[in-house]
Amino acid sequence: MSKMRYSRRSMLKAGGAALAASTLSAPMVWAQDIKNITLRQFGTGVSNLNDVGTKVKEDLGFTLEMTALDSDSVTQRAATQPGSFDIADIEYWICKKVWPTGNLQAMDVSRIENYDKIVGIFKSGLLTPESDIAQGTAPHTVGFIEEPGAKTFASEETNWMTLIPTIYNADTLGIRPDLIGRPIDSWAELLNPEFKGKASLLDISSIGIMDMAMVCEAMGEIQYGDKGNMTKDEIDKTLAIFTEAKKAGQFRAFWKSFDESVNLMASGEVVIQSMWSPAITAVKSRGIDCVYQPLKEGYRSWGGGLGLSSSLSGMELDAAYDYINWYLSGWVGGYLMRQGYYSAVPETSKDYMSENEWGYWFEGKPATGEITSPTGDVLAKAGDVRDGGDFYERMGRVACWNSVMDQNQYMVRKWNEFIAA
Amino acid sequence: MRDSTGKAPGWGVTLMRNRHFVGWLQAAPLSLILIGFLILPIITIVIVSFWQATEFSIIPAFSLENYEFLFGSPVTYKVFGATFKYAFLTWAFTLSIGFTVAYYLAFHIRSQPVQIALFLICTIPFWTSNIIRMISWIPFLGRNGIANQALISWGVIDQPLEWLLYSDFSVILAFVHLYTLFMVVPIFNTMMRIDKSLLEAARDNGASGFQTLVHVIVPLTKPGIMIGTIFVLTLVMGDFITVRFMSGSQRANVGRLISNDISLLQYPSAAATAVVLLLTVLIVIGILLRFVNIRKEL
Repeated sequence: MSKMRYSRRSMLKAGGAALAASTLSAPMVWAQDIKNITLRQFGTGVSNLNDVGTKVKEDLGFTLEMTALDSDSVTQRAATQPGSFDIADIEYWICKKVWPTGNLQAMDVSRIENYDKIVGIFKSGLLTPESDIAQGTAPHTVGFIEEPGAKTFASEETNWMTLIPTIYNADTLGIRPDLIGRPIDSWAELLNPEFKGKASLLDISSIGIMDMAMVCEAMGEIQYGDKGNMTKDEIDKTLAIFTEAKKAGQFRAFWKSFDESVNLMASGEVVIQSMWSPAITAVKSRGIDCVYQPLKEGYRSWGGGLGLSSSLSGMELDAAYDYINWYLSGWVGGYLMRQGYYSAVPETSKDYMSENEWGYWFEGKPATGEITSPTGDVLAKAGDVRDGGDFYERMGRVACWNSVMDQNQYMVRKWNEFIAA
Repeated sequence: MRDSTGKAPGWGVTLMRNRHFVGWLQAAPLSLILIGFLILPIITIVIVSFWQATEFSIIPAFSLENYEFLFGSPVTYKVFGATFKYAFLTWAFTLSIGFTVAYYLAFHIRSQPVQIALFLICTIPFWTSNIIRMISWIPFLGRNGIANQALISWGVIDQPLEWLLYSDFSVILAFVHLYTLFMVVPIFNTMMRIDKSLLEAARDNGASGFQTLVHVIVPLTKPGIMIGTIFVLTLVMGDFITVRFMSGSQRANVGRLISNDISLLQYPSAAATAVVLLLTVLIVIGILLRFVNIRKEL
């Protein structure tokens, strides 16, 4: 592994070259000064990993302080406490809410070394030239602005990026195949009376409503114009169906935090529920059979990225650019991909993964040996295949992106009614 | 007035001799703290409750929309109803358990060291955090939990009882577990102050044990019961996390309504709900205080 490691010197050279290349008359970042820089990053637990902080110190020399919060608190903080962070690790739909506050500043694309290699989803919106664009807040729709300081988003690629994409994934339902004992292939199964009292849904309204929409559409009950931006009428119908199911005792519980979803599944309280990829991993690592079930209607997808606080300037801003370039250069990508997420620049991550790992996680090939998580837990044995196939198969079947609706406030009130029902 | 040197005293001395000024000075520290940390925040909440909000900004313009929505929505009444239900049931259980425990400690245990030892045992659960004590019920009551497994192995039931967890039952169970001590302590305290000669007098006059309890002990314990009641009611009515965890997010009380609004950045609407809740709790406590004068106890 040693040949892959950056020395501080080489990074500084790269950083210096990038600075020299840029037209801005930024000051040179000196080795002594950079040690004193501290960047404060906050975001969801997904990518706020202490290992990343340690590696940053090692490779880049400065200190990265990280705070992990749930997605509601992240939104709150980005919107209301701009002075409390330097780097925001947020999801694209949160960006849609937060950007108009002016608390984030756009990034100069010409200073991003690996920009050309970033996956198309985040630039043109197309995974491959033939792909369709899914419903919801697709990342490219909130990824660019026309000029620094603009409060509205640009309709196409520009030189100013709002968030630098870091990780993303396609979400689906998690199931306990040992307790269900038959194949599951549709979102509609969540409301199947067969699983009465054994189903669960996440109680984060903006994401939960999308899972509901996937279910209602799969049942053939509702046809949505855009699941990511429903009309009042669509919201009413969707919640009516789920309120009825709730009153009939379909749900065992709703969950809000990652750990709750893991416990519900691992204890057998629930056999089918909305779930996130690392939660499946956590259940599996307890030796319990749990599958992230690909469904014929497609996935609900999400993506996250790093945004810069508008208060960053001078040397801190340069350090932040160094950090972003480092983030996309492969080490973090490899780390995240070995947890089952995707990196925004997959090809750089390849260098930091073994052939077996790359084959299993990205190409959907059977594992040739044991697959372990970055922390050493065994996740798959030789011969196992990843749920849902290869990268293009999974990300190509996204039906909807996590989003924030125009009728958000109405939806939230309806959601409160649903919980109280 | 002149002092021995014949000079007029400085204005500071005159001021310090003023009774009213000294009184104000002595009251100042507490007043300032209460104004800064209680009165001002409440005023702020009341003001914000008349504002409006979008996802990312707050519009500071007077509007009654939050209250209109609150009083116009059937959810509000349902949720306040649930909050009262939780508060009442928890109160009833904590009172009966708390009174029994305190009675036993105060009148049946004769030696003071044993009394103190047993009282300390009551506080042992408080050595761990609220959340831990609450969450530890979840594996116990779950579908494959210890309670269900034990009942099945004893042959009492064939199927696991679903209502043990994620139900009103589990919510109230957790509340009672968490808050009974708040009832035991003030009741025990008032009982210890009852003059034992009164009990002797009751007995000498031919009262049965039950009559003594109803006509002597209960009336004299009322202030303690009232203090415990206020503790339990305010704790339960302001709670949101117990309801969320123990009902698996399937039930709502007012606290959860507020916390949902806050998490979605709807501060004005959360503030409006908080104001209504605050008034409700104050009214309830106001009514309770009409019955008993707790100052006697303090």
